[in-house]
Amino acid sequence: MAKVLVVTSGKGGVGKTTSTAALGAALAQSGEKVVVVDFDVGLRNLDLVMGAERRVVFDLINVVQGVAKLSQALIRDKRLENLWLLPASQTRDKDALTEEGVGRIIDDLRSKFDWVLCDSPAGIERGATLAMRYADEAVIVTNPEVSSVRDSDRIIGMLDSKTVKAEKGEQVKKHVLITRYDPGRAARGEMLSIEDILEILATPLLGIIPESQDVLRASNVGSPVTLNNAASAPARAYMDAARRLMGESVTMTVPVERKGLMNRLLGRRAA
Amino acid sequence: MSMNLLRLFSGRTASAPVARERLQILLAHERGLRGQPDLLGILREEILAVVSRHVVLDPEKVIVRMDRGRSVSTLEVDIELPNGFDKRIAAAG
Repeated sequence: MAKVLVVTSGKGGVGKTTSTAALGAALAQSGEKVVVVDFDVGLRNLDLVMGAERRVVFDLINVVQGVAKLSQALIRDKRLENLWLLPASQTRDKDALTEEGVGRIIDDLRSKFDWVLCDSPAGIERGATLAMRYADEAVIVTNPEVSSVRDSDRIIGMLDSKTVKAEKGEQVKKHVLITRYDPGRAARGEMLSIEDILEILATPLLGIIPESQDVLRASNVGSPVTLNNAASAPARAYMDAARRLMGESVTMTVPVERKGLMNRLLGRRAA
Repeated sequence: MSMNLLRLFSGRTASAPVARERLQILLAHERGLRGQPDLLGILREEILAVVSRHVVLDPEKVIVRMDRGRSVSTLEVDIELPNGFDKRIAAAG
């Protein structure tokens, strides 16, 4: 039974696209057949983060409008044979996506894949509502920061009211994914704690991705972080999150501060 | 303990508890208003309609402020009236 999962946040720049790529790759690395779909019409970036930017011929809107077949628009990942990308259009016409058109494509993708990951655009406009419209599950990407938490709360409200599941009286299964977590700042009380965020959003935790150079390095070279450096802390956190999505129970790892050499030599304690 | 000491020496206090409290107050209100019409907008318009039935108003001299507290919220409507506004009413009447 295929699962449609939307990666959303409300706020921009929190790590939706990075997380879609990393979770999609992690699920594919675990043997699942996965497609990642870019819903950010006009500002597509999933192709770039996945390293497929030079292979885009057709896109989501071409398929919605019947210009191309789904099979023509899907791009197979060069590293993982069970990972595919459906890119967004660079067309600026936001209205090119229709609810019926998206519904047809999602149905088609459901029959071909185990997982359909929808990378939502920022905001609460049409693109974002269409990305979540047919979702069974949602990953709400949140930074430990007031504006991000507020927007996540808003998005959770929309997931509970504007999705097909919600309209049928069912629930979209929601998970919070905390990204850009800085353990040092959290320890010093400069950043909202995991407990604070979860209490405020009242939504279960999928994983905690530490702020890391490895994430930027991976997108620089166009490779999901779970593929680019599988041993890195963020890659392991994404891998654990993917296993939780598959229903496994994995002990939550809370990132801890890595002390620098100088601090260790001087015997400093960084709280 | 070590955390408190560190804060003492760095001269800074933790800002996370402030963030947490601000969010809790804000979201309690926002969740309550979700799916409902913009109450502040309605109040503003209806109050102005009542006042302008009797006084000629300059819309730019009307300021509506809302302050949401944990237990009590206030709505402040500040209307600047030109001098002699009451005479104008009399003249019009």
